[in-house]
Amino acid sequence: MSVLKKIITAVRGGAREVGEFVVDANGTRIFEQEIKDAETHLRKAKQDLTDVMAKQMQAGRKVVSIKNEIAEHENYAGQALQKDNEELALEIAEKISQLEIDLVEQETVHNSFSDHVKRLKDLVKKTERQLKDYDRQLSMVKTTESVQKASAAITNNFASSNSKMISAKDSLERIKQRQQNTFDRLAAAEQLESENSDKSLGERMKAAGIGDSNEQSVNSVLDRIKAKQK
Amino acid sequence: MNTEDLAVRISDLDNFDGYQLECQPIPGEVGVLQITVGDFDELPTYLSVTDTQILCVTYLFTEEEVKSESRSEMLEEMLELNIPIPLSSFAKIGDRYVIFGSLSNSSGIEDICLEIITLTENAVESITALEDFLN
Repeated sequence: MSVLKKIITAVRGGAREVGEFVVDANGTRIFEQEIKDAETHLRKAKQDLTDVMAKQMQAGRKVVSIKNEIAEHENYAGQALQKDNEELALEIAEKISQLEIDLVEQETVHNSFSDHVKRLKDLVKKTERQLKDYDRQLSMVKTTESVQKASAAITNNFASSNSKMISAKDSLERIKQRQQNTFDRLAAAEQLESENSDKSLGERMKAAGIGDSNEQSVNSVLDRIKAKQK
Repeated sequence: MNTEDLAVRISDLDNFDGYQLECQPIPGEVGVLQITVGDFDELPTYLSVTDTQILCVTYLFTEEEVKSESRSEMLEEMLELNIPIPLSSFAKIGDRYVIFGSLSNSSGIEDICLEIITLTENAVESITALEDFLN
């Protein structure tokens, strides 16, 4: 069964209670042991692989050397025939046929080493893949464990500090209220600032004798009355 | 990277992106930090560090708060929202619905702070979006 499935089954099975961990420490240890075993396996397979590869190369060299020897002796046999020494040529031919038997033997050995190398390389790849898979699964188990423990710590903290987790709607209400307050404060500050700047502008205009000032209008009323009396 | 180091580094930041981050370690078997962002006191983010990742979780609401008659409709909506919500996903721990984000263990302090702020903003956004399903 996959780890993810085990986790889901454990959660469904009622491991919801705080402090009751989905995957116990024992399970994690077993996993870690499996990973260690796989790693040992992998090291051993790689060692075997290098040994067999060395043997494969040796056998390959032997095949080449026998082939060279055969070619050499064929050359000798040709030379013996040219010198009409049939007897010597026959002896050389016997030697060649012996070499050919050796060659077949050596080629069989070489092929079997090649097969072995291929099998070991496959095994190494498979083991490496399995190791990655175990690591991924272990990380899932450990994360589940950590989340459960963290969640237990958070709940305990709430219990010990006597504070209660408030409902989402209340939280939202409070946050919105606080944000509204902040906006209101900002708006008020802005308004105040603009009023201040209006006031100071008016004062500056008055100082420069620009715009309606009270003094001017009083004077103009007085002027109007004086004009009527004339 | 462990929670103690993170707490120190987050406290050293005066503010991040205009937000004040407040950090408080929670005692327990594993290191957990409670981090609040600016004015969002009610929706703290809980951060823990595992072998492979940094996990940030914000609790949204409990199963109890969900209107039972529209529960499956809400779950479907949450699945639909999972992809559009930036950098965070919905999940459930025990009987609590959460929103979470995870980062690589090698993340820098800025990435972590950005994650926490985004998560908090997404939490507010999500509760607002799902408000009708809640008691």
